[in-house]
Amino acid sequence: MNTSTTATDHAAVQSGVHAHAPALALMRTAAGSVLAATGRWNVHTMSHDLVPAALRGLRATLAAHARTPNLTWDLTAVETMDHVGALMFWRACGGKRPAPLLLNPEHEAFFANLANSEAAPDRRAAVTLRTLFEAAGTRVFLFGDHLTGFVRLLGQIVLDVGRFARAPLAGPWREISANLYRSGAQALGITALVGFLIGIVLSYLSARQLKQFGADIFIVDLLGVAVIRELGPVLAAILVAGRSGSAMTAALGVMRVTEELDALTVMGIPHGFRLIMPKVIALACAMPLLILWTDAVALFGGMVAAKLQLDLSISYFFGALPNAVKIANLWIGLGKGIVFGILIALVSCHFGLRIEPNTESLGQGTTSSVVASITVVIIADAIFAIAFSNTGI
Amino acid sequence: MSTAPAATVGEFAAAAVPQAHSVRDWDGVNIIEIEGLWTRFGEHIVHKDVNLTVKRGDILSLVGGSGAGKTTMLRQMLGLETPHQGHIKVFGQRLDSKDKHALQALRNRWGVLFQQGALYSALPVFDNIALPLRELKCFDEDIIRDAVMLKLQMVGIEGRHAFKMPSDLSGGMIKRIALARALALEPELIFLDEPTAGLDPDRSDSFVALIRDLHRELGLTVVMVTHDLDTLFEISTTVAVLADQKVLINAPVREVIAVPHPFIKKFFLGERAQRAIEVIREYPFVI
Repeated sequence: MNTSTTATDHAAVQSGVHAHAPALALMRTAAGSVLAATGRWNVHTMSHDLVPAALRGLRATLAAHARTPNLTWDLTAVETMDHVGALMFWRACGGKRPAPLLLNPEHEAFFANLANSEAAPDRRAAVTLRTLFEAAGTRVFLFGDHLTGFVRLLGQIVLDVGRFARAPLAGPWREISANLYRSGAQALGITALVGFLIGIVLSYLSARQLKQFGADIFIVDLLGVAVIRELGPVLAAILVAGRSGSAMTAALGVMRVTEELDALTVMGIPHGFRLIMPKVIALACAMPLLILWTDAVALFGGMVAAKLQLDLSISYFFGALPNAVKIANLWIGLGKGIVFGILIALVSCHFGLRIEPNTESLGQGTTSSVVASITVVIIADAIFAIAFSNTGI
Repeated sequence: MSTAPAATVGEFAAAAVPQAHSVRDWDGVNIIEIEGLWTRFGEHIVHKDVNLTVKRGDILSLVGGSGAGKTTMLRQMLGLETPHQGHIKVFGQRLDSKDKHALQALRNRWGVLFQQGALYSALPVFDNIALPLRELKCFDEDIIRDAVMLKLQMVGIEGRHAFKMPSDLSGGMIKRIALARALALEPELIFLDEPTAGLDPDRSDSFVALIRDLHRELGLTVVMVTHDLDTLFEISTTVAVLADQKVLINAPVREVIAVPHPFIKKFFLGERAQRAIEVIREYPFVI
């Protein structure tokens, strides 16, 4: 730093509290300057015995000394050293070996290793028009890949169902029953809770509006059509997509990671017939039933709220409902359920089969699966709304 | 030493002083001390009053049958599990101490290579190795960058792999990178859990050579759990045998083989072991 004869620099003073802390001392002799390093130049000492500011000071001092002409680096008094300690000197000299360097023989290896080390490559490739174009192209191809994979899966399921229809007794009944229980029966609780709350919210909010116009009794029409035709199916489908869809993707994905799918294939057990078709059939059966259940509970919630808010009796609600909602709405709702169920199962299995044998891919695949199944359900719902716009209302 | 990745390390070692360990003082300081260790799972007693010491510069192999509690003991030495009774000291610091700061300082002095590598799957190779250095929050990024590249070089991984994700790497590379991460803080002690499991013989040989070179070059103390007799014969300076809920013996392999205990007979003098010993006899220079 300065050129006084025995300058003890400030880093050495600051770290003087620790006997072994790395320190520097510059000595001027007739032949030139000698920078003597003492203490322990290792990660442990530098990170625990020096505060970060002192370490930064030490680096600044080193860099300043490196510019001194005729400087000899004397590291013979260093107690212990490691690669990071050696790096401090290395970086101070601009990424090369300090010279001339006096060194203990056992510390020679650290500098030798540094000399052999290669520079870090660039983290990111430069973004050019070409890379952007290629990235966009990759996305398009990926989408195409998903599409063909999905169509292939759909075709496979049709063939499997054909096989099942020809020989129903040899079918995977146990798997179907297990899936029905897991994605149907076990979902009753959560769909009931959500349906009930949505029924209450819908009834409570619309009751206030209807009351202003004296149209209290139309709460039955409003709730009936909204819940049976639209809310019941979509709510149940979203819950099932989140609950059973993700489970299906994860189950197939884990089987891929642990090579269980390959084990099935080598035993000659087709996983389309034994794993995927049962899920599709089970969900196609379970969804309409779940929708019926969700509808019932949501309407019950609406009834309770209407009783409290508008003092509309429950017997009136029951009496008015058949006239207010045409039966076609119920069939549309249940039909949607079958389609939603098939779609959720297919999308979940599609993503499950695409999972790579690593844990990272498992998480990503499950997330994409749920997002995709909900999106597909909403798209299908929109198609239903347009196709049946003249029916039942 | 003849395989390609190990050769890079060989060059490193050659660049060092020929007899590095004669310069270092193998001073007989106890790095790990286990005293009166008891472990039980329910009614099942795994360790019954176990004592074990690891001295500075040792390469200790922990062997034992399945369920003998090797991995459990390793996890206890790392503070991941607490023994039922007894205590473990690492660098003279009791692991059940309440002094959080001392325990953290202790954890920065050891490195661990888990069996599956346990690389952070969300981070590329470079950041996996940089993470422990960055966590210290005292080194600048240029130092960290150089240190990471150096560690990669030391384990024989080329710089172009630095920004790959762990999922894009082969099992052998994952082990090497995990070792580089274990070495990131220049530890004095490293733990290896089945370092050669899942590697083909060629890779496993070069991995063993790598560990031996690092041991010689950096003066590491190594504690490893292994089933691989080749590895065990090649690099262990001392072997601790876990059987009958105890450490039967902790001594160089030649002394261990001489012990007339059924497990040791089966483990070291079985058919597989004989083959391994044959190999060692044919190529005596590896010991």
